[in-house]
Amino acid sequence: MTIKKDVIIIGGGPAGLAAAARLKELGVTDILILEREKLPGGILRQCIHDGFGLTRFKEALSGPEYAARFLDQVGKMDIDYLTDTTVLEIDSNKHVIAVTKEGLLEYQAKAIIMTTGCRERTRGAISIPGTRPAGIYTAGVAQTYVNLKNIMVGKKVVILGSGDIGLIMARRMTLEGAQVLAVLEILPYASGLPRNIEQCLNDYSIPLFLSHTVTNIRGKERLEGITVSRVDERLKPIPGTENDYDCDTLILSVGLIPENELSLMAGVNLDSRTRGPIVDENYQTNIDGIFVAGNALHVHDLVDFVSIEAENLAQAVLAYIQEGSFPQCSIRVETDDQVGYTVPQKVSGQKDITLSMRVRSPLKNCAIQVLQNDQVIKTKKMKKAIPAEMIQMRIKKEELISSEYIKVVVRHD
Amino acid sequence: MDKKSRYTYDVIIIGAGVIGSAIAREMARYNLKIAVLEKELDVCTETSGRNSGVLHAGFNNEPGSLMAKYCVAGCLGFDKVAKELDIPFARTGKVVVGFDEEDKDKLIRLKEQGDRNGVPGLEIIDKERIKELAPHVGGELAMYSPATGILNPFIYTIALAENAHHNGVDFFFDNEVVAIKCLEYYEIKTTQGSYDTKWVINCAGLNADKIARMLGINDYTIYPCRGEYFVLDKKAGQYLKIPAYPVPNLKLGGLGIHLTPTIDGNILIGPSTEYIEERDNYSSTQEIMDLLIKDGGRILPYLKKEFFIRNFSGIRPKLADKNVGGYADFVIEEREEVPFAINLIGIESPGLTSAIPIAKRVIEMVAQKQELKEKQDYDPYRKGILCFNDQTLEKKKELIQQDPNYGEIICRCETITKAEILEAIRNPLGVDTVIGVKNRTRAMMGRCQAGYCETRISEILMQEKSKKEDEIIYARMRGNMFVGKVRD
Ligand SMILES: Cc1cc2nc3c(=O)[nH]c(=O)nc-3n(C[C@H](O)[C@H](O)[C@H](O)COP(=O)(O)OP(=O)(O)OC[C@H]3O[C@@H](n4cnc5c(N)ncnc54)[C@H](O)[C@@H]3O)c2cc1C
Ligand SMILES: Cc1cc2nc3c(=O)[nH]c(=O)nc-3n(C[C@H](O)[C@H](O)[C@H](O)COP(=O)(O)OP(=O)(O)OC[C@H]3O[C@@H](n4cnc5c(N)ncnc54)[C@H](O)[C@@H]3O)c2cc1C
Repeated sequence: MTIKKDVIIIGGGPAGLAAAARLKELGVTDILILEREKLPGGILRQCIHDGFGLTRFKEALSGPEYAARFLDQVGKMDIDYLTDTTVLEIDSNKHVIAVTKEGLLEYQAKAIIMTTGCRERTRGAISIPGTRPAGIYTAGVAQTYVNLKNIMVGKKVVILGSGDIGLIMARRMTLEGAQVLAVLEILPYASGLPRNIEQCLNDYSIPLFLSHTVTNIRGKERLEGITVSRVDERLKPIPGTENDYDCDTLILSVGLIPENELSLMAGVNLDSRTRGPIVDENYQTNIDGIFVAGNALHVHDLVDFVSIEAENLAQAVLAYIQEGSFPQCSIRVETDDQVGYTVPQKVSGQKDITLSMRVRSPLKNCAIQVLQNDQVIKTKKMKKAIPAEMIQMRIKKEELISSEYIKVVVRHD
Repeated sequence: MDKKSRYTYDVIIIGAGVIGSAIAREMARYNLKIAVLEKELDVCTETSGRNSGVLHAGFNNEPGSLMAKYCVAGCLGFDKVAKELDIPFARTGKVVVGFDEEDKDKLIRLKEQGDRNGVPGLEIIDKERIKELAPHVGGELAMYSPATGILNPFIYTIALAENAHHNGVDFFFDNEVVAIKCLEYYEIKTTQGSYDTKWVINCAGLNADKIARMLGINDYTIYPCRGEYFVLDKKAGQYLKIPAYPVPNLKLGGLGIHLTPTIDGNILIGPSTEYIEERDNYSSTQEIMDLLIKDGGRILPYLKKEFFIRNFSGIRPKLADKNVGGYADFVIEEREEVPFAINLIGIESPGLTSAIPIAKRVIEMVAQKQELKEKQDYDPYRKGILCFNDQTLEKKKELIQQDPNYGEIICRCETITKAEILEAIRNPLGVDTVIGVKNRTRAMMGRCQAGYCETRISEILMQEKSKKEDEIIYARMRGNMFVGKVRD
């Protein structure tokens, strides 16, 4: 039997919860959140460190505390959610098939909100040479074992990649008695937030080696050691710089990829830069009525922005349910080669917008400019811009001067 | 003297690869007491789980050779075996592509060789036909072999072993054979104990020469020759539905770097051909990775970096050393001076394809010395783990009604349910490694490479087998996943 719903939200992490709460506030009542884990809260459940909510609540909360604020709201507002429920299929008609221990569930939604989060890049994706023993974990998996399952993964650890989860795990493993020998980063700059470098590495005297990577893995059963090499500007290992480390654990923090397998089934087009869907100012994908926010759209460093994004999305979904469609979004947003991407990738010109973006490499004393017809329509001066920190620029509809494409560029003083 | 009272087993098979498992399964038809001794914790941990998974048609092998004979027979007889064992298998056909006139001559000769070996249906085809059969494959002309197929080598070996076990064969894992005493029977010493037997069948793959030496036969040397692979995401699968090989340079001792779709929808690129020193060094190397991408890209121009999800390698147990190159024929022999010991040496490609005919040959050899009686109750059938994801919506509903564990998704990439994981853990062979679950179910094989499901699977293993954190093994002995609890 197919159940009709106004809105189905897939994924009960911070993005899904925030979208649900706002929708309900706006008067959309026929909502259902589907979450595959035993509890809602998403990735925040395993982030027991603090540093969440500084922007939104002006407080340093732990991940579970931050999630609890939204869960409380969802509870108070009586919003329906199902846990232990994995969505298996969606299609462009917004038909949803999910599976639970009680049986198979089929829904027909007016709108689907995809808040499925992201997954980690793995060893295979970066093709590290060597053997394939036990003892190699991605940072998120190691974090799940240590924080949620009370399982210690190793004693002598090297971390490859300076993403935030890797940095957090360096500290976490140290606090639990493991020896963290080093954090290695192939790029000439760290990919995690400066505050995490300070609080997770420097405070514990864990060395960070920039422009270094793992070039061999040893051990037939359990990991026995790795070889580390310095890399050149083209990120190629420099012969003669090899250094061996004996370790039983290698933790990989080498990037996150938006999770969009379901969206792909429905025919959603992805952006090769964000690896999330291409969306318009309403967070709508190319498939009518399928919306996306949070890490499924583009990887965020701060959960506060995830919540805000999801709340903005809720506003758009309300309009979609009431009016059934949006104004044409035919103004493309393009970038120069110093700006990695923008979200949204297209706009209508009839609505105020917030452009989220990241620079490709660290920059100093620069300005980010938004152009239309080669004219500067907005400028944001920055003393420092780094890829680890998302940049947002708000543009009022009056500031747009035509229906020509928009271009975001970096200018140096 | 009646030997029978002295030994526990009629036949002991050393090595639980596809060859040992096939022999065990075929011999279990007869009234023999059989055991398999395996040094690892599961079947197919060595060469049998590290190959292209191609059911070869038999055109690459020298006419008159055992390789040619058994490969053709194994290929043509596979439908029956696959049906009995309930294993996935597809006769996809295959193209061997050429780029120039020289290749053309070679392809014509290859076809002639195949015709002589009795391979059915070989044709030389033009560019247009290539485009029809394999739209994304490059090449000017090709030889097409309709009989070639693909199979999952893990599931095949597991199925053979399970069916053997079902028919009474004992499997002893973690039992490395370290010495053999030749009395009027054989006393086989392993790392765990000692076993008596009338017959020894040596199917120890890369160590077959060492086992032969334990039997007093010193004139075999195995030359390990590694082949590395890349595994591509199922998203790449749409670009290749049938195996595509380059014209082989047989001198090299491999078939050239080729692209093979797997039965599950991924693509393999490889293998390379590199003689190495160690027999169990399954490393991947940067140089070969680069080579695979380059050569693979020649046949399939659609390769994208994001398709790469994993590497692995296999090692060919070669009898021909580097200077000789090429392929030496399979050795399957019983020496007069060492009676009742059958040695299978140099079982390299097409060993997977040839497993059943090889097993039948071994039985023939045994039957020359003792009368074999078929058992009444031999059951050639085995049921595989039902794959939830392949079922219709109605069937899925039914399954969850019957067993709620079908409603719990453990592996999100491959959509594997808890019911399937439990069935794998409760397998008849008693295997309980993380990789054992992976090979039986495909959980952890998808694009997230265990990011989602590994934590769940190790937890279920602990519960099912009442194991502690530090007792969970990844693949091999001493390959422990964890050091213990974070806190007690
Ligand atoms: C380890 C780590 C540390 C971080 N540290 C900080 C920090 O210190 N401060 C900070 O502000 N931010 C931090 N962040 C960022 C922030 O927490 C994330 O950006 C945020 O959690 C993303 O929210 P989300 O809802 O998009 O995704 P998620 O939290 O990943 O939620 C997605 C949910 O969707 C569910 N789901 C997915 N697919 C399906 C399906 N098919 N069916 C049903 N359910 C499904 C998942 O189970 C999950 O619960 C950190 C992130 C990580 C990963
Ligand atoms: C790269 C590559 C690609 C290939 N592709 C194909 C293909 O596409 N099609 C095809 O038909 N064939 C292919 N082959 C060949 C095929 O894989 C082999 O012929 C076949 O798997 C050999 O099986 P086996 O049982 O003899 O060896 P193995 O699988 O190696 O089994 C031997 C077993 O003996 C055990 N053992 C070893 N020493 C001892 C000891 N002392 N005590 C106890 N146990 C011991 C080992 O642990 C192992 O499990 C390929 C081979 C390679 C290397």
